Amino acid sequence: MIGLLEIGMAHYLTLAGVLFTVGLFGVFLNRKNLIVILMSIELMLLSVNINFVVFSSYLNDLTGQVFSMFILTVAAAEVAIGLAILVAFFRNKNSIEIEEVSSMKG
Amino acid sequence: MLYGIAFYLFAMVLVGSAIAVITAKNPVHSVLFLILAFFNAAGLMVLLGAEFIAMLLVIVYVGAVAVLFLFVVMMMDVSFADLRSGAMKYVPIGVVVGGVLLFELVIIYSGWKFSDAMELANPNDISLTNTEALGHILYTKYFFIFQMSGLVLLVAMIGAIVLTLRKRSGVKRQKIYEQVNRKASDVIEIHKVTPGTGV
Repeated sequence: MIGLLEIGMAHYLTLAGVLFTVGLFGVFLNRKNLIVILMSIELMLLSVNINFVVFSSYLNDLTGQVFSMFILTVAAAEVAIGLAILVAFFRNKNSIEIEEVSSMKG
Repeated sequence: MLYGIAFYLFAMVLVGSAIAVITAKNPVHSVLFLILAFFNAAGLMVLLGAEFIAMLLVIVYVGAVAVLFLFVVMMMDVSFADLRSGAMKYVPIGVVVGGVLLFELVIIYSGWKFSDAMELANPNDISLTNTEALGHILYTKYFFIFQMSGLVLLVAMIGAIVLTLRKRSGVKRQKIYEQVNRKASDVIEIHKVTPGTGV
């Protein structure tokens, strides 16, 4: 029991792996709902962030945390653009189904 | 001991709320579970000794991103129940892809040797806090990338505005240039009116 409570790097990496898998699965599960797909992508980015911070903490190198901040920046930008595209799409098609996004198909 | 309990608590709530995000029927509930997931991730970051990233997660993700999601979910007037119909069709391929990914990650991780000693970040200089130490390298070594990320945010801001701006007809709006350039001589006429004749 005590050995189980000793947390090492493997615990964090496993958690990040599970979280990434959940996010990936969410993309498939919500094939129609664009908003939830964006949320799943956020979950995946969060798990990547956890990985960066774990390695940074473990290797005594703050570079990982700096990069985690840059990932945060890119994630915020991505969400802003993604939701803007979603709103523009909703205005044109009155729907947010992914299957409707086929205007550029030849 | 306490560290382990805290880790398992945060980790379980994190994974549970992540699963709730992708399975919730109502997208508003999804957003609320996403906020819970971010809070727990922030707790994990605190456990790892990265306080600044933890606070950044709370401020940026909960304060900005989740609220943005909430706005958009509430703005859309779509039936979310219809969006879920036929969702189960894609579950098998999702399970396959997710399972393969998880399997590969497990293979990679199990091949590594981890040392048991987990040390906190930046122990070299105990007098510096995590935030101070981050500032010391962010504004020196990574200054260029720091500015580039500012540029990314600027592009995102302008892009979001351009994408969502629309000109609607029939709306009265100010035309500043015309209003400022209006002269009294252009719009006012003075007539001498003699009594009894009219204009």
